[in-house]
Amino acid sequence: MSLIRKTAAELGAMIAGGEVSAVEVAEAHLDRMAEVEPKVQAFLHVDRETTLDQARAVDARLRAGEKLGPLAGVPVAHKDIFVTRDMPTTAGSKILEGWRPPYDATVTARLRAAGLVILGKTNLDEFAMGSSTENSAFGATHNPWDLTRVPGGSSGGSSAAVAAYEAPLSTGTDTGGSIRQPASVTGIVGMKPTYGGSSRYGLIAFASSLDTPGPFARNVLDAALLQEAFSGYDPMDSTSVDQPVPAVVEAARNPDVAGMRIGVVKEFAGEGYQPGVLARYNEAIQLLESLGAKVVEISCPAFRTALPAYYLIAPSECSSNLARFDAMRYGLRVGDDGTRSAEEVMALTRAAGFGPEVKRRVMLGTYALSSGYYDAYYGQAQKVRTVISREFEAAYEQVDVLVSPTTPTTAFPIGERADDPMAMYLADLCTIPSNLAGNAAISVPCGLADEDNLPVGLQIMAPVLADDRCYRVGAAVEKALEGRWGGPLLAKAPEL
Amino acid sequence: MTAGTLMPYDEALDRFEPVLGLETHVELGTRSKMFCGCKTTFGAPPNTQVCPTCLALPGALPVANAAAIESTIRIGLALNCSIAEWCRFARKNYFYPDMPKNYQISQYDEPLCFDGYVDVEIEGQTVRIEIERVHLEEDTGKSTHVGGATGRIHGADYSIVDYNRAGIPLVEIVTKPIPGTDRMAPEVARAYVTELREIMRSLGVSDVRMEEGSLRCDVNVSLMPRGSAEWGTRTETKNVNSLRSVERAVRSEIERQAGILAEGGRIVQETRHFHEDTGTTTSGRSKEEAQDYRYFPEPDLVPIAPDPAWVAELKAALPELPSVRRKRLQAEWGLSDLDMQAMHNADAIELVEATVAAGAPAADARKWWMGELARRANETGTTLADLPITPAQIARVTELVASGSLNDKLAREVLDGVLAGEGTPDEVVERRGLQIVNDEGELSAIIDQVLADNADAAEKVKAGKIAAAGALVGGVMRASKGKADAARARQLILEKLGVSD
Repeated sequence: MSLIRKTAAELGAMIAGGEVSAVEVAEAHLDRMAEVEPKVQAFLHVDRETTLDQARAVDARLRAGEKLGPLAGVPVAHKDIFVTRDMPTTAGSKILEGWRPPYDATVTARLRAAGLVILGKTNLDEFAMGSSTENSAFGATHNPWDLTRVPGGSSGGSSAAVAAYEAPLSTGTDTGGSIRQPASVTGIVGMKPTYGGSSRYGLIAFASSLDTPGPFARNVLDAALLQEAFSGYDPMDSTSVDQPVPAVVEAARNPDVAGMRIGVVKEFAGEGYQPGVLARYNEAIQLLESLGAKVVEISCPAFRTALPAYYLIAPSECSSNLARFDAMRYGLRVGDDGTRSAEEVMALTRAAGFGPEVKRRVMLGTYALSSGYYDAYYGQAQKVRTVISREFEAAYEQVDVLVSPTTPTTAFPIGERADDPMAMYLADLCTIPSNLAGNAAISVPCGLADEDNLPVGLQIMAPVLADDRCYRVGAAVEKALEGRWGGPLLAKAPEL
Repeated sequence: MTAGTLMPYDEALDRFEPVLGLETHVELGTRSKMFCGCKTTFGAPPNTQVCPTCLALPGALPVANAAAIESTIRIGLALNCSIAEWCRFARKNYFYPDMPKNYQISQYDEPLCFDGYVDVEIEGQTVRIEIERVHLEEDTGKSTHVGGATGRIHGADYSIVDYNRAGIPLVEIVTKPIPGTDRMAPEVARAYVTELREIMRSLGVSDVRMEEGSLRCDVNVSLMPRGSAEWGTRTETKNVNSLRSVERAVRSEIERQAGILAEGGRIVQETRHFHEDTGTTTSGRSKEEAQDYRYFPEPDLVPIAPDPAWVAELKAALPELPSVRRKRLQAEWGLSDLDMQAMHNADAIELVEATVAAGAPAADARKWWMGELARRANETGTTLADLPITPAQIARVTELVASGSLNDKLAREVLDGVLAGEGTPDEVVERRGLQIVNDEGELSAIIDQVLADNADAAEKVKAGKIAAAGALVGGVMRASKGKADAARARQLILEKLGVSD
């Protein structure tokens, strides 16, 4: 089997055992990228030499006997929202085009420390705002299952890269579903860790109280290995949790749900859901029952108000977070011809540098925080957020995990929802509650929808710092389904 | 708004009553900035004390400085405030080039300290100033506007920004409105800021140098007609940067507002700028189109929840506060209220205390600082603390006088020398040859000469008119160029003339 089809765990073991070098593994993936990137367009920045330099350095460290983690030498595609010293970082925005950060994000630094080799920076919706990657200022990414469809978003470059075998692993960030929804529609695994479980330092902020770095992989174990590699307390991020990383790798190796209590969220099914999605979802629930789990229905009525609450909180925070893009210190500068004031240059730059979805959210958030509206909008949304957290807590008194479809539909065609923000926002209907509560949640493939033969994802949600439960249940589903399918779901994807 | 003519202060106060309010910003003297590890050294080359966080690079995050939180709580305790058991930082959103994030991390409706007071003494009366809140925030960078007449952004050719100051911890202390100060309003404002400055110094939390901007004051003033209970519209005069300016700004704003109101005009709620050169204020930004700062809780930081036991420890460990210390020193030094107040106003208490600590008697220390040195400071337009002489040097001079090596006249010459940079008191004595003539033989010879030259006076003394000896002593002092010990000279003169007191 060619190197690009191997799992990250396999590649790590082969490199550690001296069977193959990190350089050879990197080259295999760079070659694959050269072959399929014209079709997929998952990457915004690739620099073969920088990547090979990293691989050579890892090989040298291993030869010198340095003890590195299980992913040493394994390539990773890095979402272009994490700052990187040796590569440009744009957040998918014109306003940062050409900016070279002088520092590494904590996640970046930990990838490097663990010996992972960064293949390049992946495409995303501008500032992670979107569910299709069409909001990137640098063009859309294409779903490897059907190149006319979106790979999800905002981390669509990262999901597409892994689904297209350009990388065995990738990083993402999940603010309202930006890891789980793209994983779901590309037939791979994507995990949103507990908020604070992975550092936001050097992650270009969209919504500070929601943004969570997490892993993509083609299987549950690889995702756990990557999460473990970059997670854990970071004194540079005040909201980082000073607790040990949950035992996610161990859980991924222990696919056993016998006796576990699984709650089916009543509100996430029915009208608005694609029949093929619901069919696979219901089968997954039956599967869990057949594996010995106790399945009960749980009602969380406030989850219905999660979407509107999210679209007040996230834009409010973003309106403030994005204020720093003002042409003064870095990035784009428009209209600085010696006749205009700083204020005019700021306004012209922001008008030219931000795309329509970013502007929409900045305006929304500015409005929601304004004097006289704050209580009715931002304040009310925070109350809803509290109620949702309480509903989760109440549910977790009865069950160990909650399940739902990851997203109501399979991958939609590029352009279909581009002019309909509400339709776009609905893609995150099931994923948003976990962001509001800060819980852990994973998406694992659970089959193809009958009507379009496109991947469907199962979302497994667990309490704060119980990330391991997501992996345990996810691994059980994966093992059982791969048994039925005779291999990973992704093997059913058409050749590119 | 009518331009208005100023109304003389006394007339203004006959017709109106002022209400004051003061907002004071104190830069804390922490080693690192409020939300990053950058140094806070004043005067470093521009943009050398910066990092991703205080430059607001994409992705950078703040981490709160624990020492700054502790200092703020200590300030709150020293100002008799309650300390919040739980509070948050908030973002204050507005665009300005010297504010890298285009929001300031500050506190909004949950200040760290609230509801306190500070007592100040004015002409023997105690005035209680109530404190609304004390909160912690970060400073902005410093803009310099180049070109244009005013040094302000309006009319400038271009502006440059130094971000070294961006992110330095800043404590904002806000008073409740202060009514009832009447004619003393300017003095009360000044005394309050003076007291704050001393409290900060005693806590060791800031160097509180107004000229370097580590203590900055915004002065709110409104007037109401005498007999009215309804407060007038207030103005806020920004960045008043010396104690004297605080006093002048209040006075000038009272005169200006009274002039407008007397002509039937109305006060515009606005920010005003104080001009050191003219002592007047001019209009800045109008607050009637108030900025909407869109405050919301800072999501990048966790709430502050000081452990009450720790706060109690901080309270117990507070140093002696300036007002208490002044009362103690006044008793120890045996001074009247008025003398003590004069020393306080002259900023002499610490200097005198240090001089006493260096071995000088309190009366002598006070005499030199409040007399000769105060005069020198006044002449050169500087403060006592900035005179190039130390309390230890003053103590040495008093020691030389006490031991008889110097008299007061010579001592003043020694001070001259020290202030002129000629070295320590002992070095000045040596170089200028200012030792009192102690050589009995030399003194005796001088006296003989003086007696010979002033036979008339000598005869009068011999005849019992001992008062005439004064003229002879004067002659000896002149002949010795002031270096003779006058008392010894008198003694020898009487001996030589065969009379006694």
